[in-house]
Amino acid sequence: MDNMHALIDGFGAVLTPQNLLIALIGVTIGTAVSMLPGMGTAMAIALLLPITYGLEPTQAFIMFAGIFYGGMYGGSTTAILLNTPGQSSSVVTVMEGFKMTRKGRGGQALATAAIGSFVAGTIATVALVFVTPITVDFAIGLGAPDYFAIMVLALVATASVLGSSRIRGFASLLFGLALGTIGIDAVTGQQRLTYGLPQLADGIDVVIVAVGVFAIGEALWIAARGRATKDEVLPVGRVWMGRSDWRRSWGPWLRGTALGFPFGAMPAGGAEVPTFLSYVTERRLSKHKDEFGHGAIEGVAGPEAANNASAAGTLVPMLALGLPCNATAAIMLAAFQTYGIQPGPLLFENESTLVWTLIASLFIGNAMLLVLNMPMIPIWVKLLRIPKPYLFAGILFFASMGAYAVNAQPFDLFVLLVLGLVGLAMRRFGVPMLPLIVGVILGPMAERQARMSLQLSGGDLSGLIGGPVSWTVYGIIALIALWPLAVLVRRRSTRVREPAAA
Amino acid sequence: MTGADDTAVPAADNAADDSAADGGPDTGADAEATAPAGPDRAQYWVCGGLALLGVLVIVDAARIAGFTASNDPIGPKPVPIILGALLIGVAAFYALDVARGGRGEAAETDGAFDWRTVGLLCALFVANALVIEWLGWVISGSLLFWGAAIVLGSRRYFLTLGAAVVLGLATFYGFAIGLGVGLPAGILQGIL
Repeated sequence: MDNMHALIDGFGAVLTPQNLLIALIGVTIGTAVSMLPGMGTAMAIALLLPITYGLEPTQAFIMFAGIFYGGMYGGSTTAILLNTPGQSSSVVTVMEGFKMTRKGRGGQALATAAIGSFVAGTIATVALVFVTPITVDFAIGLGAPDYFAIMVLALVATASVLGSSRIRGFASLLFGLALGTIGIDAVTGQQRLTYGLPQLADGIDVVIVAVGVFAIGEALWIAARGRATKDEVLPVGRVWMGRSDWRRSWGPWLRGTALGFPFGAMPAGGAEVPTFLSYVTERRLSKHKDEFGHGAIEGVAGPEAANNASAAGTLVPMLALGLPCNATAAIMLAAFQTYGIQPGPLLFENESTLVWTLIASLFIGNAMLLVLNMPMIPIWVKLLRIPKPYLFAGILFFASMGAYAVNAQPFDLFVLLVLGLVGLAMRRFGVPMLPLIVGVILGPMAERQARMSLQLSGGDLSGLIGGPVSWTVYGIIALIALWPLAVLVRRRSTRVREPAAA
Repeated sequence: MTGADDTAVPAADNAADDSAADGGPDTGADAEATAPAGPDRAQYWVCGGLALLGVLVIVDAARIAGFTASNDPIGPKPVPIILGALLIGVAAFYALDVARGGRGEAAETDGAFDWRTVGLLCALFVANALVIEWLGWVISGSLLFWGAAIVLGSRRYFLTLGAAVVLGLATFYGFAIGLGVGLPAGILQGIL
């Protein structure tokens, strides 16, 4: 029950007029920025993170929670109205959502997405309140070798499980890990990969990496492809739900939440699998199977709830273990580090007020989003009509501003451009970006844990293998690593038969 | 690698128009790629880049003096050396995958690649980085927005300039003065 008291205290900290205003600003700009076509949630959060730098930590996290939920909602709106999923977790929403817009039911699709996101977000945040302390209790018993093993698992899993091409996932991961080693080594004070540039001594800020790869890369990619044409925006109609829409939505909302949260809470569980599972489940359970593929409301309600619940779920490993498992959590972890706060089991002891304020602001941001955005959707839709030249010029403008604001040095703008060109190349060659971001964040943390383990064992490599936890984790890693070999062997055997058949 | 193999099959069908579109503006390096059903050869540049990065990482790590202490038995050296070796290894496997016709997810290789626009945007970006401290964010940011919008196809020069100045001023007052974000005032110091 201590948690409940702490949470109530957290609400007490958030519920001042000034903080509510900050939450309101966060929700509004989060929605506005991620509504812009081509902007995913993570990109919006990376772009907006620097504007929280001038605030106190508590207020910064209140604004951040607002941006988080606003950004999630904005991403699903573009998926429904424009047929452009801003991130892979919205791909499923597009399938039925855009069909509904075509049929003139865009308003209902947006309403079920908004209310479903609210329901899922609220339930998942409640689950977060109860699950995180349990995870913390488990994590407190872990030593450096166990942490190292879990981090290696998160790295290997993001590189190999989520994308379609393992080799490209690992290429992206290694690039991120190499970026992460730039700067002064924390233990010995030696400079690594700085090549004599003093501005690189502190390493490259994760915000600059995220803004460069996501935002600048996307703007350059659109420019290179000559896609600066206008999208057709279909009319939305009134944003409301009729009685039958409610009846058909509440089941998918709850099932989507139940699927999304556990996946989000697992290292590298992601939002793609639960949104897809939710879609398949709803299609099977629905009484309106014939509507699927032509704009079935269940196909929007379920995946959207799963998406939001999974996003809240990723905060469990992020807060309890310091493990970021998606791009949004990676950027959030970067925000914590900016304030000199290290997420992990000790966070709840050392910064308990701050954590519970953050969790309370998640509830507030979520509620505010529902109250504010439902009536404001017609205004947001106007943002979709901004001509593309202005839109992408604006992205370059805000990205430069954000990157400069991190350290107030022009050098970062050059780094930003180079990373933007890397992002452009990654889009051109279909290399996934999540492993890069996770590698930049987790790489240095994993190295620190490995060196701590070896310190304890006096340099003996057996120090990397701790107790049963690390044994189990290495077993899972081996399974992930050996899986493609099994597939390869099976494929070889079918390939041998193929020429014979042809 | 499994997915890449799967996508290689449909990709082979339209490989003819793929390579036709790729050859010219894409990298210039695969201009001599005449094999109609060949893999997406521009990807070898990625492999080359990864291998080069691996070499750079190892060269830099070799420079670090052997630095071990009782409280840090392995020192700062091994991690970059392992990373460098893995980078070179991944580059080799990547090249193997490309040679076998592998492609990334959603890699859109058809259509032109507009180097001119990208180059102009990069030039604007560099210009902004060079003058931001001297001219200040309001002027350099406005010029960045104005130039980028025109490069991207806006033809209403004065309206765009107006929007750029409004954005520059609004962000400066809103973020630098309102929220305490560090943006330079530059030569307008004292006027703003």
